[in-house]
Amino acid sequence: MNENLAVDEERDMSEPSLSEYSEPMDQPQPEETRIEVQGLSVHYGKTKAVKNVSLSIKSRKVTAIIGPSGCGKSTFIRCLNRMHEVTPGARVEGKVLLDGVDLYGPGTDPVEVRRKVGMVFQKPNPFPTMSIRDNVIAGFRLNGMRDRRLLEEKVEKSLHMAALWDEVKDQLHQPGTSLSGGQQQRLCIARALAVEPEVLLMDEPCSALDPIATAKIEELIHELKESVTIVIVTHNMQQAARVSDFTAFFYMGELVEFGVTSKIFTNPDKRQTEDYITGRFG
Amino acid sequence: MSAVNKAVSRRRFQRKITERLAVGGMFLCAGVTIFFLLTILGYVLYHGAAAINWEFLTSLPVPAGESGGGIANALIGSILVVACAAAMAVPIGLGAAVFVNEFPTARFGRFVRFLAEVLTGVPSIVVGLFAYALVVRPMGGFSGFSGSVAYAFIMIPIILISAHEAFRLVPDSLREASLALGIPKWRTILSVVLPASSSALLTGVVLAVSRALGEAAPMLFTAFGNPFWNLNLGKPIATVPLLIYTYATAPYEDWHRKAWAASFVLLVVVLFTSVVTRAFLRGKSHE
Amino acid sequence: MQSEPQAIDRPFIQSGRSKASDVRVRNLGDRVFYVTARTLASCVIVLALLLVADLFRGAWESIRQFGLGFIVGTTWDPVARIFGTLPTIIGTLVKAAIGLLLAVPISIGAAVFITFYVPKWVRPIISYPIELLAGIPSIVFGLWGLFVMVPVIRTAQIWLKAHFGWFFLFDGPAVYGVGVLSGSVILAIMVIPIVTAISRDILLTVPRLQIEGMLALGATKWEAISKVALPYARVGLVGAVILGLGRAIGETMAITMVGGNAFTIIQSLFDPVHSMASQIASEFTEATYSLYVSSLIYVGLVLFGITICVSLLAQLLIWRLSKGKVAIFE
Repeated sequence: MNENLAVDEERDMSEPSLSEYSEPMDQPQPEETRIEVQGLSVHYGKTKAVKNVSLSIKSRKVTAIIGPSGCGKSTFIRCLNRMHEVTPGARVEGKVLLDGVDLYGPGTDPVEVRRKVGMVFQKPNPFPTMSIRDNVIAGFRLNGMRDRRLLEEKVEKSLHMAALWDEVKDQLHQPGTSLSGGQQQRLCIARALAVEPEVLLMDEPCSALDPIATAKIEELIHELKESVTIVIVTHNMQQAARVSDFTAFFYMGELVEFGVTSKIFTNPDKRQTEDYITGRFG
Repeated sequence: MSAVNKAVSRRRFQRKITERLAVGGMFLCAGVTIFFLLTILGYVLYHGAAAINWEFLTSLPVPAGESGGGIANALIGSILVVACAAAMAVPIGLGAAVFVNEFPTARFGRFVRFLAEVLTGVPSIVVGLFAYALVVRPMGGFSGFSGSVAYAFIMIPIILISAHEAFRLVPDSLREASLALGIPKWRTILSVVLPASSSALLTGVVLAVSRALGEAAPMLFTAFGNPFWNLNLGKPIATVPLLIYTYATAPYEDWHRKAWAASFVLLVVVLFTSVVTRAFLRGKSHE
Repeated sequence: MQSEPQAIDRPFIQSGRSKASDVRVRNLGDRVFYVTARTLASCVIVLALLLVADLFRGAWESIRQFGLGFIVGTTWDPVARIFGTLPTIIGTLVKAAIGLLLAVPISIGAAVFITFYVPKWVRPIISYPIELLAGIPSIVFGLWGLFVMVPVIRTAQIWLKAHFGWFFLFDGPAVYGVGVLSGSVILAIMVIPIVTAISRDILLTVPRLQIEGMLALGATKWEAISKVALPYARVGLVGAVILGLGRAIGETMAITMVGGNAFTIIQSLFDPVHSMASQIASEFTEATYSLYVSSLIYVGLVLFGITICVSLLAQLLIWRLSKGKVAIFE
């Protein structure tokens, strides 16, 4: 299986060499690579969940990861901010470079990584003991921020970004769990945005939501990509087609094909991709 | 054919009778248990309420034969000894539970949990012997503190097990949400896991405290008892359950009445905490 | 919607590479926390080891003097300085066994009734009082037993002796009231709530489908329970009973107050007989020389050994069952 082919094409088009990255840059280029994954493999005990995956994620674009369940897409995305380390027994090989720095390098702190690369989970998980306001600034405050005025600004700004402000501005002190499922999920997005991540990972963020709430989240993704790089895992191909700029298709732990979304969905290079897109398996 | 039908219908009748008998018997079993509870509560209330009054709660014991007097010193003593025990047991129990649940890769943690289960089975009299050998002998005398050590030993496994169960109920998604915000693990545990399980943790501690409050056996040769005022944990000190034992086994009518009254106080405290924590938990789970 | 670009252009390099010290400080928090929690967890192990070590140290003088013969010795003579504890071991085990004999059918009956015959909303109304009973301190059972139950049992004993005195179990000193029978009954009352509560929890794990399958074959409810539910849960139920046995063996205050404290080998149901716990409780503060104290601690060590074995056995059975349960639900 030659899964690197598609990736290489992408690289040739847009990827600057690594050496350029050690210099801080003032103006990010539109096609700048934010995350570079090189030969990533993940083992759980004896099973290999992700096999030798390489791809690059572009800055301020939405990259969708699709594939049948159990194909390793969730595992893969959790490697991008070292959340898989929470699961005992997971082992990772290969490199994940964020702006040229290896997330798995010595001296890189997983806590620091997660602050740069935020995450939104399948099921909305607001902290039940905290109010809406406290939920939004939880990460901010637990990282040591005390300034009241700044915190209030942060609450409003993050909720605005998550398109939730107008709905909750009068009930900021209600518990976060009092909201509807879709609102809770946007609260979780606001919470993730509050720590100002450079990349936002979304692990099937709509799988627990109804169609209307889903539409709102998708709309939000469109707006967010102005400022944040987004990687979204979804098993809903229409959703991938609607929201993403790039799409990666995973199957049995391998990256089958990676490219511009419109191409993947209209004229994929690989037979397996086409079969999956057209619903012939999975 | 009709013979078969007859046999079947007779068999059916037998089975019906068996069913009735079984249900009746089991109903009786549940009834007997509740009957015991009611009679015990009833007697303690009946005898205790008759003997209890303000003087009983606020004054010192008087020598046998004199009328009046109370158990104020034992009430204060019990509170002191148990409070000191809780001060030792709560950090150890909670800390160990955090370790067992939040660092689950360690086999060590599973062993600690297993050990806690086994320790709940240690007879309280043996705990008393332990505290005697560990504290009383080296210190050269009975003391309230040695009683606290014994109580702490009883409380630790209870707190550990209930806290572990409480932590287990906190969904992993909350921990992940917090970690994904770049919050370090220790802050995640303190600011997310502990608050999310606070009511269950509190219940566990209250359970342990109320269990300790009622234990007399470990006090026999540790706190020892004392008919006078004493607020010094380095000296022998009176506790309510031990006082009940002393009074009940003494040959004076008046002391028996006081034993009932002291039991009344003990039961009110123990049952009240049980009912309140239960109501509290139920309220929480309805939210 | 404010979608102004955030301050996201800070290069990651800054924190990842040049702030290595920052990383260490952050890790320090986790390290300190881990070490603290681990230390507190170690405390539990240290306490358990201390318990065993202190019991051995306290009993050492007696162990050296009497060795294992202490366990089969039938003389307890503080004046002659000879100690052996077989009668109390027998007394303890017999009282616990009779107590369980009374308690187990009642407990399991009540548990089955609560689990299968009572509508869900009534369940707490019945099981909550039983849990309350478990919360009553042992000293209160003792007090109630001594002043309320023992007179009743004395009357029963006198009647039994008058009519069935030819039977060896009833041929004892009936007039005391305190004795093996009283001790066993109070143990039964104390153990019932524990065994009931655990049995109920175990019976609740029996899959409904199993019982429904039996009902669908035309079985009555009791047939389904006795043929399917009880066999299914048997390992756990045995574990519950053994746990109750452990409690009964280690019980101190109530048994000291109603068990009758005489150092003799059991001969009838009415004999006042020491249990290990009651002997320690009633003699410890009167023990005037170190071999005497040491022998009492030795009794405690034997008691500890027996309860630990019982409790390990119960853990093993309940644990095995709970593992099975997990497999079923998955």
